[in-house]
Amino acid sequence: MPDLLDLSIAEAREGLDNGDFSAKEYTESHIKEIESANKTLNAYILETPEKALEMAAKSDERMAKGEAGLLEGIPLGIKDLFCTNGVRTTACSHILDGFEPPYESTVTENLWNAGAVMLGKLNLDEFAMGSSNETSHYGEVINPWRREGDDAKLVPGGSSGGSAAAVAAHLCVAATATDTGGSIRQPAAFTGTVGLKPTYGRVSRWGTIAFASSLDQAGPITRTVEDAAIMLQAMASHDEKDTTSVDIAVPDYRKELAGKVKGMTIGIPKEYRVDGMSEEIEALWQQGIEWFKDAGAKIVEVSLPHTKYALPAYYIVAPAEASSNLARYDGVKYGLRVEGDGIDGMYENTRAEGFGDEVKRRILMGTYVLSAGYYDAYYLKAQKVRTRIKQDFDEAFKDVDVMLTPTTPSPAFAMGEKSGDPLEMYLNDIFTVTVNMAGLPGLSVPAGMSASGLPLGLQLIGKPFDEGTLLKAGQVIEQAAGELPKPTKWWA
Amino acid sequence: MSSENSHLIKGATGDWEVVIGLEVHAQVTSNSKLFSGASTEFGGAANDHVSLVDAAMPGMLPVINEECVKQAIRTGLGLKSEINLFSRFDRKNYFYPDLPQGYQISQFQYPIVGEGVVVLDMKDGSTFNVGIERLHLEQDAGKSMHDQHPDYSYVDFNRTGVALMEIVSKPDMRSSEHAKAYVTKLRTILRYLGTCDGNMDQGSMRADVNVSVRRPGEELGTRTETKNVNSIRFIGQAIDHEVMRQIDVLEDGGTIDQETLLFDPKTGKTRSMRSKEEAHDYRYFPCPDLLPLEFDQAYVDTLAKDLPELPDEKKERFMKDYGLSNYDAGILVSSRASSEFFENVAKGRDAKLASNWVINEFFGRLNKEGLEIGTSPVSADQLGGIIELISKGDISGKIAKDLFDIVWEEGGDPAQIVEDRDMKAVTDTGAIEAIIDEIIANNPKQVEGVKEKPQLVGWFVGQVMKQTQGKADPKVVNGILKEKLGL
Repeated sequence: MPDLLDLSIAEAREGLDNGDFSAKEYTESHIKEIESANKTLNAYILETPEKALEMAAKSDERMAKGEAGLLEGIPLGIKDLFCTNGVRTTACSHILDGFEPPYESTVTENLWNAGAVMLGKLNLDEFAMGSSNETSHYGEVINPWRREGDDAKLVPGGSSGGSAAAVAAHLCVAATATDTGGSIRQPAAFTGTVGLKPTYGRVSRWGTIAFASSLDQAGPITRTVEDAAIMLQAMASHDEKDTTSVDIAVPDYRKELAGKVKGMTIGIPKEYRVDGMSEEIEALWQQGIEWFKDAGAKIVEVSLPHTKYALPAYYIVAPAEASSNLARYDGVKYGLRVEGDGIDGMYENTRAEGFGDEVKRRILMGTYVLSAGYYDAYYLKAQKVRTRIKQDFDEAFKDVDVMLTPTTPSPAFAMGEKSGDPLEMYLNDIFTVTVNMAGLPGLSVPAGMSASGLPLGLQLIGKPFDEGTLLKAGQVIEQAAGELPKPTKWWA
Repeated sequence: MSSENSHLIKGATGDWEVVIGLEVHAQVTSNSKLFSGASTEFGGAANDHVSLVDAAMPGMLPVINEECVKQAIRTGLGLKSEINLFSRFDRKNYFYPDLPQGYQISQFQYPIVGEGVVVLDMKDGSTFNVGIERLHLEQDAGKSMHDQHPDYSYVDFNRTGVALMEIVSKPDMRSSEHAKAYVTKLRTILRYLGTCDGNMDQGSMRADVNVSVRRPGEELGTRTETKNVNSIRFIGQAIDHEVMRQIDVLEDGGTIDQETLLFDPKTGKTRSMRSKEEAHDYRYFPCPDLLPLEFDQAYVDTLAKDLPELPDEKKERFMKDYGLSNYDAGILVSSRASSEFFENVAKGRDAKLASNWVINEFFGRLNKEGLEIGTSPVSADQLGGIIELISKGDISGKIAKDLFDIVWEEGGDPAQIVEDRDMKAVTDTGAIEAIIDEIIANNPKQVEGVKEKPQLVGWFVGQVMKQTQGKADPKVVNGILKEKLGL
């Protein structure tokens, strides 16, 4: 029998259906692995082994009756931004201490309905604000990857650092994640995993703790492109409880993987050739272009002229929405309350103690850009930029099927390396934020290794609700890149 | 339209003109809240009607309640206003314990309803137009409770998220009378439409009152805003007090601060709540959880088609079809119930007579006894029966009043009562003549007197009525008397 931890969802489903192993055995192997590894990696902030075994037992019962769902018996890690009924949900913020939602997010509900098993809640940057998973109230997540010949701890990226690290270290077969400016794709690139950010509106936001409502979108982190297709299949739905979710039928993404790439047109946005791009990123991108040529695709250069305004505009829109979304954490209703002099004193103490520095920074920025006298110059202007960015993509997508770019400007960096400089940290999102601003689907696929022995990812950007084509193109990279190295298991 | 000058106020240093604008918050009549499925029922134990969305639990999202949108459109149509096919919800951000989200979802830049007009019928018979600036939908806040614990305040979220229509007038009103008439008329229209119950004592309708004063013809003065005034009488008091306060300040050489005030019903005075410096910066921005509200003209037209007849149109019709005066018609249409009651009484009967009886006898009695049409012991059919008996000449006006009292106290069919109690008018001239002959024969002194002073004929009429228990037709009696007495 192969090591159960190495299986993909597709392989595990086959093994479960063939009776090679039970859901209980499959789940147990993960629980054991988490027990030994999590102390070091800190990917999970809450382990739910009892619940996992209970769910696995039910999966076994259903499978015995021939009623297997799409994810029957598949053990998943859940980013702690998804509300889980009766299971502590904190967004990795001190301010949600002890919060147990009496409801289940639509995404996780969909997963459980498909037969999936919950292993626990995964670490993230506080309220998903960060690109290194260093802002979590529950401590940093350690990237399973290290540079060759170097023991320095690296960040797994963020904000879905726990999700990416857990999938990369085989502490779950797949994980849920969320992406507001790159929070699925950047950590996927940093950990050698596949990260899919669906079209805005494809996946319900109901029950997912909001960071920036017009940008937030949930998606999976997996080890294969096929698994990403399976996960999206289960996560996506039209939800009447979220008016921004779109009433378009969810296609069979796995079937769409079988389509042809030959004759497809791949756009290369010239504005993504930013100043100071490292040679190895440049080379990786070129490699990707060659792979698509080899697969029979046509390569054309496209222009997205407003790209350079995307990052500054993003850091206006996202904090503005966040400053309002996070107003509900006031100590009155749930979570942390720190007593103070009168109601204002209680507010001040609760929020001063409850939020970390990065969250405070963004609330301050957001409050500032929405203030009387500044609104037009910042928020309104940023929204105009956003419209232009969308128009750029609409125009370019008239001629191409998908676009190919690097996911990040660099491989994973060391812990503490950028946490002192917010601006440098924000630059991590330079290739990913445009996709959120335009509401498009984006996919990061492992494509190669850096000179220092770290994984690097390429990003594919698709048309709205065309995740099928995106995933199909993703498999070109996956297949061409071949068997990539795995992290050495130094943490066990 | 009454002349502009009649509203001026004489100060110590000359005339002042008052400028008033009102923002009326009207709770939308709907079963569930604006963005959640929780009940809107008034009362109930604290936090009985609170959904996860209302309590602003993490990850919860608002979903628009279409019924509230329809009610806002209906109201807009009733206010003769422009309906905006595109509108948008914005967030108004501020911290308060009764505001669980930390923001109110409202419509700031693009309201659902635009400009319109409300026509006021003033007591002197004139009309006065008050412009509507806009109407928008927004969430109500909850309620803080300070009397539950010695050290803590509590919050009740039952009202949190209930739909409100904020109806903003133009600064067209010039006196507290205008303002009171405006709120009264607005409430009538909302009640006709069934879009707000208008119960101010339950907080279903309340007004923010903006007041400023200026010298006639000059630029607008600095205004103050008195928040949440919850009765029509208080609105009048708050304005009158605020006008005199502002005039006093200005005449003493002071300036008016742009501030937010509270009205204290106990003292009848306004007091400062916060100054302009302390004013919130609400940081409005489009609510990213909601799509813009868009519908087509056909949607509006369908709602317009099903609109009930409104007071202004109804008044016109009453005047035209029933020949009523502007004043009487105005009284009858002041509520849907009273207009419907009147029409049921008047149907197929003498409408003028019906109008007099409904307004004077019926409403008078209701008022005296503190009852409403819904709880009246006399139905429209019964009152109609009385009217019919009067019209046919079966009973006199005086007997009719007695009959009304009987029906009010004891109930029953008026015609049957008249029959059973022998209340029918005596129209047999022979019988009346006999009675008159007898009276003339027995009272020679009075016969002498009336020849010199013809108005003394009243005494004879009285005697006849006494003997017939009021059933004789006074006209017939008068005629015979004049003939017999040679007047």
